[in-house]
Amino acid sequence: MATVDVDLPHVKDDDPHHHGPAKGLGRWLFTTNHKDIGSMYLIFSLCMFMIGGIMALIIRAELFQPGLQLVEPNFFNQMTTMHGLIMVFGAVMPAFVGLANWMIPMQIGAPDMALPRMNNWSFWILPFAFLILLSSLFMPGGAPNFGWTFYAPLSTTYAPESVTFFIFGVHIMGASSIMGAINIIATILNMRAPGMTLMKMPMFTWTWLITAFLLIAVMPVLAGVVTMMLMDIHFGTSFFNAAGGGDPVLFQHVFWFFGHPEVYIMILPAFGIISEIIPTFARKRLFGYSSMVYAVASIALLSFVVWAHHMFTVGMPLVGEVFFMFATMLIAVPTGVKVFNWVATMFRGSMTFETPMLFAIAFVVLFTIGGFSGLMLAIAPADFQYHDTYFVVAHFHYVLVPGAIFSIMAAAYYWLPKWTGHQLNETMGKVHFWLSFVGVNITFFPMHFVGLAGMPRRIPDYALQFADFNSMASVGAFIFGFSQLVFIYNIIQNVRVGEKATAQVWEGAHGLEWTVPSPAPYHTFSTPPKVD
Amino acid sequence: MTKAITLALSLLAVPAWADWQVNMNEGVTAISREVFDLHMLIFWICVAIGIAVFGVMFYSIFKFRKSKGAVAEHWHENTTVEVLWTVIPFVILIGMAVPATATLMDMYDTSEADVDIQITGYQWKWRYQYLDEDIDFFSNLSTPREEIMNAQAKNANYLLEVDNPLVIPANKKVRFLITANDVIHSWWVPHFAVKKDAIPGFINESWVKVEEPGVYRGQCTELCGKDHGFMPVVVEVKSEEDYAKWVADQKAMKLAMAGEASKQFSMDELLAKGEGVYQATCAGCHQLNGQGIPGAFPAITGSSIATGSIDGHIDIVVNGKAGTAMQAFKEQLSAVDIAAVVTYQRNALGNSVGDMVQPSAIQK
Repeated sequence: MATVDVDLPHVKDDDPHHHGPAKGLGRWLFTTNHKDIGSMYLIFSLCMFMIGGIMALIIRAELFQPGLQLVEPNFFNQMTTMHGLIMVFGAVMPAFVGLANWMIPMQIGAPDMALPRMNNWSFWILPFAFLILLSSLFMPGGAPNFGWTFYAPLSTTYAPESVTFFIFGVHIMGASSIMGAINIIATILNMRAPGMTLMKMPMFTWTWLITAFLLIAVMPVLAGVVTMMLMDIHFGTSFFNAAGGGDPVLFQHVFWFFGHPEVYIMILPAFGIISEIIPTFARKRLFGYSSMVYAVASIALLSFVVWAHHMFTVGMPLVGEVFFMFATMLIAVPTGVKVFNWVATMFRGSMTFETPMLFAIAFVVLFTIGGFSGLMLAIAPADFQYHDTYFVVAHFHYVLVPGAIFSIMAAAYYWLPKWTGHQLNETMGKVHFWLSFVGVNITFFPMHFVGLAGMPRRIPDYALQFADFNSMASVGAFIFGFSQLVFIYNIIQNVRVGEKATAQVWEGAHGLEWTVPSPAPYHTFSTPPKVD
Repeated sequence: MTKAITLALSLLAVPAWADWQVNMNEGVTAISREVFDLHMLIFWICVAIGIAVFGVMFYSIFKFRKSKGAVAEHWHENTTVEVLWTVIPFVILIGMAVPATATLMDMYDTSEADVDIQITGYQWKWRYQYLDEDIDFFSNLSTPREEIMNAQAKNANYLLEVDNPLVIPANKKVRFLITANDVIHSWWVPHFAVKKDAIPGFINESWVKVEEPGVYRGQCTELCGKDHGFMPVVVEVKSEEDYAKWVADQKAMKLAMAGEASKQFSMDELLAKGEGVYQATCAGCHQLNGQGIPGAFPAITGSSIATGSIDGHIDIVVNGKAGTAMQAFKEQLSAVDIAAVVTYQRNALGNSVGDMVQPSAIQK
């Protein structure tokens, strides 16, 4: 299995192992090359990030001042819903899959993904899923307006008609994710270079292996819950309708049984990226490699038994509240281990602070702040005060924006020279970092305050006492949003011009991906490398 | 120890500049203070851990730089340290879990209540039914549309004011039975530390015992559709005597209302009254000009119902339309209001059917 050749009979080439990419649009439509597919995932994710970002700016512009200025409440709800869906399923997840496509074969010394044709398919259905979802904005009644968590019966009996399109969109995204996850597991388990045992795998590969299992476990649950919605809406069932013997809370249980592992799907690969970058720039091996692996595995396992902490206010029995509170608090232990290990890696290292490292350090600090607010949210009686307020919005944006998104940016800066063959423009990278860092904190830190002071989430207008911090958050959001143009410009410039990068790229980098030239040839490791 | 922390933090908790409030309200009940103490306890534990972890990290960042000639050491494992920083957080967590569980048990003890009130969430208003008193009313946002649309200066209680607040007695254990009529809502008063989801078809319980009379404000906290941001909760806590007087007044008012329903009204009286009812009750969806929102809420202007048979029109207002946002208004509106608003919809907003209906003809 490990030595399967990607030998295409119709390609007339002297050396079939080193032929270049096909020409024209066909290269992208029919490609089975993991690097091409990885690039497409990343570009797609960047586009979605910008579309979701524009929606976020519409939200923040409306919330700049009390009163209704720009949008109607119904459109505001469509924006919060679409922003969430697009960022989660369109920006963060495809970005990680793109990174996996590019890096996992190169990190384990494999020539490509195990199932290249399925790889093409799992990418190419994604743009259609999002076209369906986005087209609902132009349908009568408007786009889904029930929040990205789409609680029934607001999303069933009371939903706009476009909900059916939303359901099919989610099905397609789910199919894409499941195929992607199968491919990653098949690749990692079967195609590692001789000598690379599981406990020698790079951390990014490890975290993705575990994430892929989470995906396979929970994406079918998401598909199940939207199918139950479809049945309720069109086929007269009453899964979520109390009048027909169902239960609206059942929706939440099923949704969050998917939703909580989903949260970790969006953060475990980030842990992997950070665990690659910090040792490189500290010039010191990752501290506690095996405890890092065990920590990720235990976070993944625990993620299946904590889902109801999203539902502390639905009126669960006392014993349920207590169980989910304890289980949730327990997650702090392996998460703490990870943070301690990163700090210990830096301790007595020899550090430099190139752009990827800056993003990685910001990740450690800001993700930990999001972890602290997460621990506070785990305390059920206190959660009654936090639940569905801006405190929660602050919490999950801290773990998702300076968490997941910063890790993706760090990864882009870290591996871009390997992809394009050009050194980074460090000045522009640092400008992008500092603008993003400042913008993110001005946006999301004040949300803790208004949330504690009593501002509910998902409201288009608010009481006067929340006005000052909200205008501050809006200013921050525009700084953060527009600073991403620097990122895009920097990437485009890097693809086009730039000083030639060496194979090593970063002085302290270790791993198989740094043994191939920069830019990485179209086909790498056609002959498996030896790992001792 | 939590007491000392609370004292030390009272500066943060009660800021002089309310606009820049950064912390949770301590609240006005024993439970809300317990929750606040718990919140501060965990907050300070997080601060302490944060200082330790980030302290070591920033020390490393400044001390072990390559530019300062730092050379990386080679160790990358230490079982003792790794076991320690797994066990110590675990012990700290147990320290947090014990008081949290105790508070939770207090909150769940809804036994022996003095007053029982059923709270029902509607799109987008609250209904309060006093189970022992035969008092039943709806509570709507009372902030004028002009303030929301920025045509008028906003008052101090902008979006946190209602026409009929919930009234409860001080120093009595009041039990809330919380449910919903359409979608899920959530009833929250921050000063009571009470937040419970209102779920259609199910009844949740919660309780409060407030020591001091006063007015306390909160909001719906579960996304419930278009006007989720516009259904505040206002609770007026009255002393026992004032509460008894209020209950008597409510009963007297109910009798007076029953008398009104048998009166005959002129077309002009109905139209004038109907306009007010329309704006307060119907305009949220069907819009002030009666045009509705295409695809979401149908127009009144030229609609086959508002220009068709008057019985059909009354029926849909009284009984609603199942499976849509159109509620049954028989419980929310008096016969007078229904007669007025139906007459108004048929003879205004661009319609001119010409007929009218008297309150006595409304069959609820």
